[in-house]
Amino acid sequence: MPPALINLVYLLAAVLFILALRGLAHPRTAVRGNLLGALGMLLAIVVTLLDRRIVGFEVILAGLVVGAGVGALLAVRIQMTAMPQMVALLNGFGGGASLLVAGAALLEAAAAEAGVPLVQLTVATVASGLIGAVTFWGSLVAFGKLQGLIPEQAVVFPGQLPANAALGLVALGFGAWLVADPAATGVYWGVVAAASVLGVGLVIPIGGADMPVAIALLNAYSGLAAAATGFVLGNNALIIAGSLVGASGIILTRIMCKAMNRSLANVLTGAIAAGQAGPSADQVYAGRVKAATAEEVAMLFDTARRVAIVPGYGMAVSQAQYAVRDLANLLESREIEVTFAIHPVAGRMPGHMNVLLAEAQIPYDKLKTLEEANPAFEQTDVALVIGANDVVNPVARTDPGSPIAGMPILDVDRARTVVVIKRSLSPGFAGIPNPLFAADNTLMFFGDGKQAVLDLIAAVKES
Amino acid sequence: MDAFVTAFIVFALAIFVGFEVITKVPPILHTPLMSGSNAISGITIIGALIAAGAQQDLLTTALGFLAVVFATINVVGGFLVTHRMLGMFRRKE
Repeated sequence: MPPALINLVYLLAAVLFILALRGLAHPRTAVRGNLLGALGMLLAIVVTLLDRRIVGFEVILAGLVVGAGVGALLAVRIQMTAMPQMVALLNGFGGGASLLVAGAALLEAAAAEAGVPLVQLTVATVASGLIGAVTFWGSLVAFGKLQGLIPEQAVVFPGQLPANAALGLVALGFGAWLVADPAATGVYWGVVAAASVLGVGLVIPIGGADMPVAIALLNAYSGLAAAATGFVLGNNALIIAGSLVGASGIILTRIMCKAMNRSLANVLTGAIAAGQAGPSADQVYAGRVKAATAEEVAMLFDTARRVAIVPGYGMAVSQAQYAVRDLANLLESREIEVTFAIHPVAGRMPGHMNVLLAEAQIPYDKLKTLEEANPAFEQTDVALVIGANDVVNPVARTDPGSPIAGMPILDVDRARTVVVIKRSLSPGFAGIPNPLFAADNTLMFFGDGKQAVLDLIAAVKES
Repeated sequence: MDAFVTAFIVFALAIFVGFEVITKVPPILHTPLMSGSNAISGITIIGALIAAGAQQDLLTTALGFLAVVFATINVVGGFLVTHRMLGMFRRKE
């Protein structure tokens, strides 16, 4: 097949990728969009197999079979609650593949008749190795944290920032060496080794609730690594697809940071702004917290016309999404209007709660964003908070000295009554008490998320 | 150098297209967006296929093989899990 024709097919694939992402603008068109993306990928793969440089297919076939087996198994078996881990892992494999391809291309160029590789090629190879290795190891650490294999808390130690900076400089130093002396291809693995340690160092200071930012950023890196590899190979399909993914990751990272009112630098260094020492938990809660039983909460629903359910990571942890769906259906059967108010950083990755609720067959038109949900809370009779804390803490609005000051929150406190399902009064990720739990219009319903919702269902049915 | 400049132009324009298209994705689809775009970044597979099939020497072939495995997991896993997820989003009947 002539190279011009191959390139035209790559262009077609790139167009299909753009259409795929455009399809994601609406749930109605999203499935078709994803299929178009897969079609683009299939075309790109098939046309590549016709490339004259390929002389043997055994190794390729073996790789495809192993990869497809593992990928399909993961995709079919993974639980929706574990989607953040899955995406972290996929990010990592993408980054790893890019760094390996760039390494192989470097060796190939060095062995070619033409002699030493061009500067552009070595610079792009260094970029690919650096970003790819950071993505691979960073994603594995993120996976480990989300899967509970390693502690989820932020690991922060003195001198961490200088240490990471030094690692970055070492990687760049190896990179400069390779650019200066392209024949010394072994130096590439120095770049990869330093960047690997850097990848671990960059993600360990990021704690559980900041994971959405880390995952979005690693997503961007995996795209940029692919784009860099595109420069290495001089292949526009890689450059276009990689840039699209890079842009996607950057946008999501920005949205997540905005939703926490924190700078990217602040999230990446694991430093929650210390803020002034606010009131202690005792000062906030003492004598003011009202615990309710399932029957008492059920009575609220007797007179309610509008209910807003606010899910948080706690709902995912206790796998309560199906019970929540049953409760919503039950309330709707009694002519109560039920909506779901979803904070952008609820859960462990962008859109995490939406996927869980969609899995439980809750129609997506009931899922409201922060901007849609907030004006409606004043006309809401019961706001039911399940396993969320910092994202409903009114301190963000009222106390400029608090670590979460200025963070956009769901204004559940403006509902007529707030019911909070939670195991205890323990603080959320920000480590501060939540005055919402002690507010006059709040009832605490202590318990495991799923069990509490099941108890509520039983109580509503009896009342 | 010309080829590099052309590649850079493509890169810059593609970033712009990416920003335009992706700002239109609603928050409820952000998770499928991540897994789906992830699958797209698995396009590295075309470089991996050539590295694995060129049979240049043992090292490049080994790197190529590993790259094909990684990229295929990314592509197959990414598109499949996105498809599975998107199938769950439904309107009120």
